[in-house]
Amino acid sequence: MNALELKNIRKSYGDDLVISNLDLTVKKHQVKVLIGASGSGKSTLLRCINLLEEIDDGQIFLDGEDISAVGVNADSVRSSIGSVFQAFNLFPHLTVLQNITLAPRLVHGYSQEEASAEAQELLRRFGLLEKAHQYPDLLSGGQQQRVAILRAIICKPKLLLLDEVTSALDPVLIAEVLSLISELKRDGMTMVIATHEMGFAKKVADEVLFLKDGQILEAGSPARMLEDPQSQELKSFLYALEEAGRL
Amino acid sequence: MSQQSYQPSPLRKQREAARRQASRRSTTIALLSTFAVGAVVVLVVTGAKGFDLVRQSFFSWHYAVHSFPSVLSGIWLNLRVMLIAEFFVLIFGLLLALARTSKSPVLYPVRLFATFYTDIFRGLPLLLVLLLVGFGIPGLQISWIPNSAVTLGTVSLILTYSAYVAEVIRAGIEAVNPAQRMAARALGLSQSQTQRHVVLPQALRKVTPPLLNDLVSLQKDSGLISVLGAIDAIRAAGIETAQSFNFTPYLVAGAIFVALTIPLTRFTDWLTRKQDRARQQQGRW
Ligand SMILES: Nc1ncnc2c1ncn2[C@@H]1O[C@H](COP(=O)(O)OP(=O)(O)OP(=O)(O)O)[C@@H](O)[C@H]1O
Ligand SMILES: [Mg+2]
Repeated sequence: MNALELKNIRKSYGDDLVISNLDLTVKKHQVKVLIGASGSGKSTLLRCINLLEEIDDGQIFLDGEDISAVGVNADSVRSSIGSVFQAFNLFPHLTVLQNITLAPRLVHGYSQEEASAEAQELLRRFGLLEKAHQYPDLLSGGQQQRVAILRAIICKPKLLLLDEVTSALDPVLIAEVLSLISELKRDGMTMVIATHEMGFAKKVADEVLFLKDGQILEAGSPARMLEDPQSQELKSFLYALEEAGRL
Repeated sequence: MSQQSYQPSPLRKQREAARRQASRRSTTIALLSTFAVGAVVVLVVTGAKGFDLVRQSFFSWHYAVHSFPSVLSGIWLNLRVMLIAEFFVLIFGLLLALARTSKSPVLYPVRLFATFYTDIFRGLPLLLVLLLVGFGIPGLQISWIPNSAVTLGTVSLILTYSAYVAEVIRAGIEAVNPAQRMAARALGLSQSQTQRHVVLPQALRKVTPPLLNDLVSLQKDSGLISVLGAIDAIRAAGIETAQSFNFTPYLVAGAIFVALTIPLTRFTDWLTRKQDRARQQQGRW
């Protein structure tokens, strides 16, 4: 069964058609990386998948269940999808541990002890245990983003969506976050990642999708996409990245 | 790096000496100017033609001591009114703010009511509310509605201040970054869980200083219930004054009110400074 399946998705803001006729299938344990110029619709697509945006047309299946159907409980769908978006900050009034345990306690019915134990286990594994009782403001950007990822995965979501999780970070911090994501991939996490960071495409992608004006123009293995682009659009996108020294 | 082997350079010593000298100079200037202003005030006031008369009728030690017990027992009423009003004002203010910021279509009538309510009671002078409630409600002669001056005065305070506090809290809720709400919803939290665990704690933190300010203001305005005949500190002072034709009891009442509000005022200042510092350290405004 596919972890995620998008059928003929369409999304517009007023007259602005952002996504059209988009199909996408993500198998269990697969990692798909979305690349594309600014404004190509990557973030919008991810927000549609976790139902933070309503699609105009098409269907979204999560583990075979149509989550775009009328009457679906959006809260419960979101609780089974982990999302980390660039602007989705940690909650500043809660400690790292409280940030991570909030959803398990409120949404997934964990007791305080269970949630804390689970969270501490995760923090230990990723070298963040000594930050457990600190407030997010005191953490580096990379640490904050890693905590945000742990917060999203603690309840073992069926799918993890990552949007530009490194775009505000310098190279050392990007590497920290990237190694966390590689580890999640080894664990078998199913992921859809939108990024400007080609390191993601090279290191963790099973397939890279090139988005242009809300449509998938080209898709393939990372090596094929980066070394042998077919479409003129992808060629010029990669050329622009190379010019900017980001390839 | 070891701090022990560190020897301050002559440059640093020079700088520190200069700083010390500058701070001594500004202290001296502050002292001198305070003294000069104080002297002028004293000269002007004591030199005024009516000074002796004012001193006798407003600053009489004799009447101050004499009226103190009854004013003090009046302030006990004010204190109870303050605390009860503060309690209900915080609850109603919070509910009104939540109603005004809710997006749910089901709550549209509630939102409409809350907007209407805050518009009315923020605009109405408290004195007018006191008079309308204090004399209007007993006039209705409904047997089960209490008609004591104290109760109706407290109700008026609650009606008015709930509107102020609601606006303060609403501003706080709206100042919370929308991304925080989105992040909570993305974790699967419901609308109300998001409000309660993510938005409100941040909103209330942001507005604590202005909120405390409103409470200070409520505390002193509790003296206005005396217009309905409740024997609070001001009324008690009034009774004393009526007997002696000396105004000192009013000053006594005023001093007690100030003494009651100062702790909260200082606490507000302290909290504001602390928050400003925290924000500066984080470099985000
Ligand atoms: N809430 C919104 N209201 C109106 N238009 C929107 C909204 N969100 C996105 N858009 C528009 O949708 C288009 C796609 O935006 P989106 O943020 O999905 O692009 P993106 O690929 O994520 O870009 P970037 O790489 O800069 O993050 C843009 O033209 C944007 O202006
Ligand atoms: Mg984006």
